[in-house]
Amino acid sequence: MAVSLPDNVLVTKLDELASWCRKNSLWPMPFATACCGIELMATGASRHDLARFGAEVFRFSPRQSDLLIVAGRVATKMMPVLQRIWMQMLEPKWCISMGACASTGGVFDTYCVIQGIDRFMPVDMYVPGCPPRPEQLIQSIIDLQEKIQREGTLSGREIDQPERQVLPRALRITKPERGT
Amino acid sequence: MIETPVIDGMKALFPGLAVSEFRGQVRLVAPPDQVHDVLESLKERFGFDFLADVTCVDYLDRPDAPDRFGLVYVLANTKANWRLVVRTHVGGAEPTVPSAVDLWEGANWLEREVWDLFGVRFEGHPDLRRLVLPDAFESHPLRKDYPLRGRGERHNHPFIPRSQS
Ligand code: SF4
Repeated sequence: MAVSLPDNVLVTKLDELASWCRKNSLWPMPFATACCGIELMATGASRHDLARFGAEVFRFSPRQSDLLIVAGRVATKMMPVLQRIWMQMLEPKWCISMGACASTGGVFDTYCVIQGIDRFMPVDMYVPGCPPRPEQLIQSIIDLQEKIQREGTLSGREIDQPERQVLPRALRITKPERGT
Repeated sequence: MIETPVIDGMKALFPGLAVSEFRGQVRLVAPPDQVHDVLESLKERFGFDFLADVTCVDYLDRPDAPDRFGLVYVLANTKANWRLVVRTHVGGAEPTVPSAVDLWEGANWLEREVWDLFGVRFEGHPDLRRLVLPDAFESHPLRKDYPLRGRGERHNHPFIPRSQS
């Protein structure tokens, strides 16, 4: 049975529509505790212009944001604060661990630096580098958008699975072009 | 450069003081039970109105050190532009020195920091709590016998899974 639709009507799944909306309006919450924060600022500023990916609205309140970007090392005293900020963010939410320090502790293998925030909270994307270039952070946001589109659901079913392990995804490392 | 009358005057007041100099910086080394009186005279008689820093050095396994912890007080006379370092050495299971908060209010946080990181007690301090480390921390990590990677404090947090946050 053929159904004819006018040209301006598209058929899709509601989940896909919700994910499409979500991925193109990520509001980051910057948790910049060290030097990586400078690259995070550069990413948001005009030269690299995160607004091209719909993620330029940096919010300093966790209640208003849905993408936590942890940029810099996290001290043992700061970990409960970071966890509280993560808990205060409303679903749907995602987390990017930016830089060697946030992901592994980096060169700071000492008593007071957390050896990777993923030991104590979920992380969706890891960005390697010390510090990562803004292009790398932008790449991780593009990859995160892809992930949101792929597995996001309207009801958040994918989050309500206790046994679900958040596994790191290999990042595509793109060569920065010279002379741009 | 500090004037010799200060050094001579202090030596006359406290015969137990040792004086040393390195590249134009003068240090007075006082016994721990006299250090508060030494600081008080420097403030009242010689105009050292500013306590720039209180810090500490751990001389563990250094046979030439008089005692384990070397406390360092950096004083300044802001009118004459003098700087002077006062040192003292303490040791034992509970190293203790008198607090300087009654002389300079600014000693409050500096002494809390030394207590936090070296475990040197300051007798008479109004509020001797940890300054930088979490209150639940049990060690004093700038002591030389504390392991660099800690005793597991950095792993001592609950994991928050995605379904619970
Ligand atoms: S990864 Fe490098 S640039 Fe980033 S916070 Fe650590 S030391 Fe700084």
